[in-house]
Amino acid sequence: MRKQFDFFKNIDKTLVFLFLVMIFMGWFNIFAAELKEGHQSIFDVSQNYGKQLFWIITALLLAVVILMFDAKFFPAFAWVIYGGLMVILVGVLFFGVEINASKSWFRIGGFQLQPAEFAKYATALALARYISEVKMRTLDWPARLKPLAIIALPVALIFLQNDTGTALVFAAFVLVLYREGYISGLLLTFGLIAIFLFVMTLILNEFIIIGALAVIALAGAIILRRKRREMVQLLGLFAILSVYVYSADYAFENFLQPHQKLRIEVLINEEVDLKGAGYNLNQSKIAIGSGGFWGKGYLKGTQTKFNFVPEQGTDFIFCTIGEEWGFVGSFTIIALYILFMARLLVLAERQRSAFSRVFGYSIASILFFHFAINIGMTIGMMPVIGIPLPFFSYGGSSLWGFTVMIFTFLKLDSKRLELL
Amino acid sequence: MQLNQSSNIHSKRKSIILAAMVLIGFVYLVRLFQIQVLDPSYKLSADSNVLRYVTDYPARGLIYDRNGELLVYNEAHYDLMVVPGQVRDIDTTEFCRLLGIEKELFESRLQQARDYSRFRPSIFESQISKNTFAVFQEKLFRFPGFFVQPRTLRKYTYPMAAHTFGYVGEVGPREIEQNPYYRSGDYMGISGIERSYEEQLRGKKGVRVRLVDVLNRDIGPFQEGRFDTIAIPGKDLYTTIDAKLQLYGEQLMRNKRGSIVAIEPSTGEILALVSAPGYDPNLLVGRVRNQNYHQLQQDELKPLFNRALMAQYPPGSSFKIVNTLIALQEGVINYNSSYGCGGAYHSGGITVRCRSHPSPVNVLSSIQFSCNTYSCIIFRNTLDQPNFSNMQESFNNWRRHVTSFGFGQVFGSDLAYELSGLLPTSDYYDRIYGSRGWRSLTIISLAIGQGELGTTPVQMANLAATVANRGHFFTPHIVRSIGEPDSLQARFLARNETTVDRAHFEAMAHAMQAVVDAGTGRFSHIQGITMGGKTGTVQNPHGENHSVFLAFAPVENPKIAISVVVENAGYGSTWAAPIASLMIEKYLSGQIGRQWFEQRILEASFLTNKP
Repeated sequence: MRKQFDFFKNIDKTLVFLFLVMIFMGWFNIFAAELKEGHQSIFDVSQNYGKQLFWIITALLLAVVILMFDAKFFPAFAWVIYGGLMVILVGVLFFGVEINASKSWFRIGGFQLQPAEFAKYATALALARYISEVKMRTLDWPARLKPLAIIALPVALIFLQNDTGTALVFAAFVLVLYREGYISGLLLTFGLIAIFLFVMTLILNEFIIIGALAVIALAGAIILRRKRREMVQLLGLFAILSVYVYSADYAFENFLQPHQKLRIEVLINEEVDLKGAGYNLNQSKIAIGSGGFWGKGYLKGTQTKFNFVPEQGTDFIFCTIGEEWGFVGSFTIIALYILFMARLLVLAERQRSAFSRVFGYSIASILFFHFAINIGMTIGMMPVIGIPLPFFSYGGSSLWGFTVMIFTFLKLDSKRLELL
Repeated sequence: MQLNQSSNIHSKRKSIILAAMVLIGFVYLVRLFQIQVLDPSYKLSADSNVLRYVTDYPARGLIYDRNGELLVYNEAHYDLMVVPGQVRDIDTTEFCRLLGIEKELFESRLQQARDYSRFRPSIFESQISKNTFAVFQEKLFRFPGFFVQPRTLRKYTYPMAAHTFGYVGEVGPREIEQNPYYRSGDYMGISGIERSYEEQLRGKKGVRVRLVDVLNRDIGPFQEGRFDTIAIPGKDLYTTIDAKLQLYGEQLMRNKRGSIVAIEPSTGEILALVSAPGYDPNLLVGRVRNQNYHQLQQDELKPLFNRALMAQYPPGSSFKIVNTLIALQEGVINYNSSYGCGGAYHSGGITVRCRSHPSPVNVLSSIQFSCNTYSCIIFRNTLDQPNFSNMQESFNNWRRHVTSFGFGQVFGSDLAYELSGLLPTSDYYDRIYGSRGWRSLTIISLAIGQGELGTTPVQMANLAATVANRGHFFTPHIVRSIGEPDSLQARFLARNETTVDRAHFEAMAHAMQAVVDAGTGRFSHIQGITMGGKTGTVQNPHGENHSVFLAFAPVENPKIAISVVVENAGYGSTWAAPIASLMIEKYLSGQIGRQWFEQRILEASFLTNKP
């Protein structure tokens, strides 16, 4: 009997509490989002809110199972799990079913599973394992590039499934690499400047931007006129950025798929194609915006209840929160997320084992990416990328995936004094 | 295991990552605060997404004749409406096939509706057939933004009195702008009674607020119908029209241009209002209206023109009634004053011709034989009275008498487009001749109802009614009560007095009886009915004379007063008088004894006469 209770010893109660709060809030919201006339029972398993209850119960069982593992199992088997998931990702390309044009699902009975959700977990384990074995002093270029290869493999496979959204989530590992010193702050800044310039090229003519860059470069050159070396660097940087700006526009026009281009265009120009690509975004903003300060009340949302917002149970679940619970609800959700992620960072930083720390950062980064993109897209601040809002969106794979990740970390954290 | 030598750097990086998370969260909250709390437009958009304002159109009021016979009623039909802002993902090919229209037409109509409003319904196709309606009702859910609106169309028991009833049509952009009651696609009365009693007939629209889902399916009432209003049906109108008399008058006027106006003298109620040529009111109903209206508008005979109200003729000899009564009232003649007539009136180089009749004539026989000479003399006597210091003063005195008969002004009746007619002022002559440049002789044409005079057939019928009443009249009107059969309209109960004494009218009534018994109108005498009348033969610079007759009957207790104008038909006694006579006989005895007499009128046609 004592041994059983050992599983739960030293588990961080704050994180578990926040986890349970969000999961049950999520379930009630799915009921509101998916409720149709004639189906009143929240436990009806033929409906998505009934199914979600099944997913929640199984997720909690899964959490207990994870806690029963030996903490050393995870670093030890990281590569095996990673390898296994990669095989499954290949397998889904051949044996999976296609939903919404993405061939990324296995169907078992009435339920579907999406291996890509678990690939995040596997990649986090592999990355943690790799980084924990690298000596900082010996960090040369090949060592810096290997983590990228670990990330790139699942990304490539998921791209092949035509599930761009999930593939993009792996960009979250950039934050982990930054924290671990694989990416410098300067590089991260350059990355952000590159994204900023890319967005600007979509709004303005590329020559205007190059002109603006030239003015900045000229001003810099005047300031640095005594320092030859810096001036040369500055002019070089200007040249590189100019070429980048010019080619970014070309890349946007020629390499993105039409629907992806549209998703970015509707973000920049709010009035584009309100009936087509802009429809989701517009209706989503209407639903959230109509919530007001206090919201319309639970199950009283008209926009979500009458299906004006597409995908309202999954990717656009935040609309239901915004409409029925208003700004108060939005604030609560965002606050819960920030608390949850901050707590993850605190726990990650207190690990003695690099493996545990990297793994903790990985979860926090992935959650952050989902949070930023999903909520951002519903209020028109991010392009529409089809990824769920963890704990809130309907879907078993996502819930299982995040549960497994979080409880693996909680297990690692509970044994932080034993792991080195 | 890696040794963490630079924990400062790492803790800084942790802080940067945490700051990024908090920053994103904060930016999102600012944005959420903006769209959820500050910006009201999303709430409005949400309402326009789910709320549909369904208009309930009340049934338009019915129109009855004076005997309670139903003349105008409603028939159900269906309009296909569109709310452009909700139209999405429509199979246009299927839609056009169901409706039987071309795709270009679909696009252009949708654009038209969009130009009016994206969120308010416009008529896409009016009066779709019952079959089309049935098919559409089934498939409506596939065409979001479209719905079917039940409406009613006017129907007429008899193809008559089109001008009086007027017609109903879609409101124009001007009405929508001026009157907040109307929305695009609403109907309103455009002419006739439909126009002058629009507010009573239309009732009040009701609005139901419904919730719809994304497929435009009706989910139910919004907040249990708290904001719904109930449509109030329009009120029924009981007109003064006698359907049988109206129908008979239109028969008599077939193939003629002109008008008949019959009034009940004791009330001013219009018994019949005929404008010829007329048209079948059913032509101006529904989707055929525009085309038919166009055709009627192009017709050279001007069937749309309501002659009974809007044609202004010189009254001709019938105006001698007025001038003689004024002369008697002013005392410039008495009942014994007689003058000889040599077939014409000569003065100052002006000649006014007269038809041959016994001479000399006194007041009564001047009316009986319609003597121009006598009329000229007494008109000049009236204007040249020594107690007036100048021409303007005496003319204004004459004019004051004339206006008391209802000439030169509108009655304030309930007839749409009532005209005042022409009655010159002294200023008018001053402008033409200079203030000292005109005398009674200058305006001598007025003596015989010619010259600068214009009177409408309603005004002439009212003159007959005034003599019938021996000196007063009630404002001629077409609707006796609204809502209930016997609630008379108070504004038409007031008596309008003329400036002439009753005794003179009594004499005039007998003079007019002599016209029919033994004067210019004897041809139109009716066996067993006493009738007073006055012929008029109106000179017309363009062609044949207009034939005019005023009459009332029975003389002792008048039930009907009438004016008849037949354009370009010749003498008043030959055409207008027989028509008036037939109308009176029909109204008073319910049947016609003189078949040959009636036949002559029915067969007459003056349409080819030059107007």
